[in-house]
Amino acid sequence: MKLVIGIVRPDKANDVLEALYRAEVRGFSLSRVQGHGGELERVETYRGTTVKMGLSEKVRFEIAVSDAFVQPAIDALCEGGQTGEVGDGKIFVIPLERVIRIRTGETDHTAVTPVGS
Amino acid sequence: MTVSILAAATTEVNTGDTAWMLAATALVLLMTPALGLFYAGLVRSKNTLNTFMMCIGAIAIATVMWALVGYSLAFDGEGSIVGGLGHAFLHDVGFEPRAGTTIPHLVFFAFQATFCIITTALVSGAVVERMRFGPFLVFAALWSVLVYAVMAHWAFGGGWLQAQGTLDFAGGVPVEMGSGFSALAAALVVGARKDYGRQALLPHNAVYVLVGAGLLWFGWFGFNGGSGFSTGNASVLAFTNTLLTPACTLAVWFALDAIRGRQVTAIGAATAIIVGCVGITPAGGFISPGWAMLLGALVALPSYAVIVWRTRTRVDETLDVLAAHGIAGFTGILFIGFFAQLSWNGAADGLLYGDAGQLGSQALAALAAPAYAFGMTYVLLRVLGAAMPLRGTERDEAVGMDLVHHGEEAYATGEGAILITPESGVEEELAVAQPV
Repeated sequence: MKLVIGIVRPDKANDVLEALYRAEVRGFSLSRVQGHGGELERVETYRGTTVKMGLSEKVRFEIAVSDAFVQPAIDALCEGGQTGEVGDGKIFVIPLERVIRIRTGETDHTAVTPVGS
Repeated sequence: MTVSILAAATTEVNTGDTAWMLAATALVLLMTPALGLFYAGLVRSKNTLNTFMMCIGAIAIATVMWALVGYSLAFDGEGSIVGGLGHAFLHDVGFEPRAGTTIPHLVFFAFQATFCIITTALVSGAVVERMRFGPFLVFAALWSVLVYAVMAHWAFGGGWLQAQGTLDFAGGVPVEMGSGFSALAAALVVGARKDYGRQALLPHNAVYVLVGAGLLWFGWFGFNGGSGFSTGNASVLAFTNTLLTPACTLAVWFALDAIRGRQVTAIGAATAIIVGCVGITPAGGFISPGWAMLLGALVALPSYAVIVWRTRTRVDETLDVLAAHGIAGFTGILFIGFFAQLSWNGAADGLLYGDAGQLGSQALAALAAPAYAFGMTYVLLRVLGAAMPLRGTERDEAVGMDLVHHGEEAYATGEGAILITPESGVEEELAVAQPV
């Protein structure tokens, strides 16, 4: 079991969702985050005040999957999130010690398998 | 409009009429920022400012074009297709009363200018979230003259529609059908948003939409109530009908929503207010309050149907200007042909009161106005599109028009923003900008 964390552009989030759906990866969490990964700064101006936006809006996917789904999840994040320009994001894969489904108390492999599949 | 080509006798300026028209002009101007708010709420948050700015841009561009040539082409002389250039650059527009009215010519000009502004802004609803800002401003400049001023001349300025007896109190022809059918053409030429039909593109703030609709309704009392250019009976009738008709449209829209989706929606209600106001726009000073209420109920039906139908097509006429303005204006113009009543308006009877000819005059306008607005806008945007790209790249669309065209965000947090100016180039590396 792995936790796949993907940080992508907000405007590519829908493409990632589509790709995950097609890869049959059904369980994940999504949050809006701000971060900086070496991309070019954006300059904005408000009433004569010019600011350099050091942090960019990103969307963070957290996907806990059984081993067979690690590569499909990574592929979906890459396929949906890629534009080819600096700032497309990163994927981190972390080993998972335990997973528990709160409703039933199921653990580990059963817990990361979506209901009904 | 009751500025009749018959009433050319010189009159004195009337202070009461002038006072009301000054206020009415300000009311109508408010409608354009209100429309900006209404439209901004209907788009995604990344396009909030650009959508609002198209309306603000229309205030700038349409006003300038109106003062330079638009007003003259609409209201100078009685040529059948287009007016003259006698009032170009505001020549001979001063304190003396405008022919056929009791208000100074300057006030008449300003009042009419606000109509040109709101109509130009309305068309933007068809192309938001993808059309580039620069080309939109160029389009607004040309459209306000080639489409709006020409159609205003037909209906108000002594052009052929007015001459053959079409009744249009406050702008069913140039404003409502003019914007609605132009919007359809603009949507076809500019094309759909890249995500249209693929993703759910939802309104980002329904409260903006309701507040915008409320302010539009408020402004509409000046729009319709001022279109008699006086405090006389026609204005009073139009003013009151502007309350009655949209209220009935709202009630019927609630029922339609409830039947179709078992819930009454807020954005549906905001749309109903617009549809009702549009329906009474051409008919305001010509039909009795009772018939105005019937019009309010009837006008909801075709517009509701077109909204439901349009979303199932590939035509991304994004904010449904065709349904809310074109179709509702069409309904209102035809309604006059049936229910106009000489005893209320002092001008003409409709079919129900014995004059079938009036229905013919109204039907002619209901055919000619959509045809001209659609055709001219289609050609104008095709030509413009050959000279400059009308829309940005898919990447621009994904990032959002606010950042791409304005370098601002509607909901900037200021977190992580590093101040560059006004320290005149000295970069304060760690200073954090305060959100304005």
